[in-house]
Amino acid sequence: MDITRRRLLILLPAAAVAWKYIQAGTPEVSPNYKLAEHWWGMLIDIPKCIGCGSCVRACSEENDVPDGYFRTWIERYHVADWKIERPEVESPNGGIQGFPPNQDTSGKNFFVPKLCNHCADSPCTQVCPVGATFVTPDGVVLVDKSYCLGCRYCVQACPYGCRFINPKTNTAEKCSLCYHRITKGLTTACCEVCPTGARQLADLKNPKDPIHEFLRTHTVQVLKPHMATGAKVFYNGMDGSVR
Amino acid sequence: MYPNEVELQWSILIVLYPFITGLVAGAFILASLERVFRVQAVKPTYRLALLTALSFLLVAPLPLQLHLGHPERSLEMYLTPHRSSAMAMFGFVYLWYLMAVLLLEIWLDYRRDIIQKSQTSTGISRLVYRALTLGSDNISERSLRIDERLGYFITLIGIPSAFLLHGYVGFIFGSIKANPWWSSPLMPIVFIFSAMVSGIAAVMLLYMLSGRLRGKPIDVRCLDKIAQYLMYTFIIDFSLEMLDLLQRIYEADESFRSLDFMVHTRLWTSQVIIQILLGTVTPITLLGLTQILKFTETIRKRIYAVAGSLTVIGIFAMRWNVVIGGQLFSKSFLGFTTYKMAFATREGLLTAIILILLPFAILWVLVKLLPPWLDADSLPASGATPAHGTS
Repeated sequence: MDITRRRLLILLPAAAVAWKYIQAGTPEVSPNYKLAEHWWGMLIDIPKCIGCGSCVRACSEENDVPDGYFRTWIERYHVADWKIERPEVESPNGGIQGFPPNQDTSGKNFFVPKLCNHCADSPCTQVCPVGATFVTPDGVVLVDKSYCLGCRYCVQACPYGCRFINPKTNTAEKCSLCYHRITKGLTTACCEVCPTGARQLADLKNPKDPIHEFLRTHTVQVLKPHMATGAKVFYNGMDGSVR
Repeated sequence: MYPNEVELQWSILIVLYPFITGLVAGAFILASLERVFRVQAVKPTYRLALLTALSFLLVAPLPLQLHLGHPERSLEMYLTPHRSSAMAMFGFVYLWYLMAVLLLEIWLDYRRDIIQKSQTSTGISRLVYRALTLGSDNISERSLRIDERLGYFITLIGIPSAFLLHGYVGFIFGSIKANPWWSSPLMPIVFIFSAMVSGIAAVMLLYMLSGRLRGKPIDVRCLDKIAQYLMYTFIIDFSLEMLDLLQRIYEADESFRSLDFMVHTRLWTSQVIIQILLGTVTPITLLGLTQILKFTETIRKRIYAVAGSLTVIGIFAMRWNVVIGGQLFSKSFLGFTTYKMAFATREGLLTAIILILLPFAILWVLVKLLPPWLDADSLPASGATPAHGTS
């Protein structure tokens, strides 16, 4: 076929349109949701957590998490005054049924909910041999279970113990920050049920999100900051003994 | 302990994987001693070392494949590799080593024998050898010289490739910053030297075993030389490992208390007793004694057999301690788990035993097909006419 000027003028815009679709990839699930307008994280307000386990139960039901594995869990810390380096930590069945009454009331006692930190520089996505786990443009670390090999390298690479292999699918699994919900304007299942507001979904790109005010007025930390993973789960009131 | 950490992710099959690739790299390095560094004394083991390396390299991907949750997707690692992943890039290092180094070198080295056998053998063997010639039938002096030069060049490339192969396995572990037991820049170099140690010991044992099975005398001068190299490499390897250990003990960072407890309890037998005392200090001492004292040939051979066997066991224990040990403690440094090995499951002990025996079966076939022996009755029939004559 001879490429005339006329044909070129028709072909170029057509190719540009086609290229746009190739670059766009899979269409977004929610038509009004704009990936570029969000950057998701979470705020955990430790003094507010009562260790009731509602978040763990809600997560388990919402995401069909297999028994004995956890996308989110709660740890109870007991720190004697002089043993900050050696806290006693327990998490019976991930705290899904709450915790038995604490016998030792000396020292400090508090609960720490844990979940995937949706790191901006996540070690798990770095090591995945096929890119089955990835960071979305709106800052959520997800796993494509139709592509995951089940090599478990990501489980080894996560410094926070957030990943596991789902025995049903034989693929890596972790908290998805209820991506199916947040892209529809809902909050996560765990935040939805938290009776004290200890967990709050945070959109760091939304200037109206109360997270900005909170971050300005409180001293917050992330877990294992020395790992430099760009963790986006912020903890308020976190004791130095928490790992 | 984080609740998801109770289950161990990498089983005995992943212990086998660095053990097997280590034997490959080590055997190749031994072969290159003769080819590149002109250590004539080890010539009797040159071809045996190459065939050993190939047998183990062919089995190396199997433990990984059996371990994957979705083995049917494993080719995706080659088709859509994630370039920042050490594991993805290892696939290419493996292929490079298999195709560009080992297969090519063995083929070039055996080309003349293969062509001669394709002309002198009959029946199915003839077909097999004809296929192995890959259509080549020129064994003129000039072409053999080219083979020799090309083989030398490939071995030259092969040495850094062998280092890359096993150094890269070390990097797969050493680059995991989340795991203090693995995360160390020394890991690749320790893996390279331990690979050389295990490969040299394995070929030495196989050479001794082959002499016994074939009822032929073995070249003790060759054994002495191999044992000498084994000892030197082992001393470097042990020094590096001790350096790593000392650094950890002296620095005593946040992970130290947890790792120290692990070594004194769960890893005491496999690390301190088997790896360090039985698998390292004892063989180094035995090999050192053969250098200092004058023993008879028979005693030397016995010492080499014991030292070689202990070395291979010690290096296997080292792989075990790295892979399994790295998963027994919590990344919170609070709490430990245990490894419960199943028997007749996909990742069980039986599978591991089959996988470790499989390279020996492959080696047996390869040795039958391409005899590596240098004695007169194993050499190809003389007088076979080169197809193209000299040119």
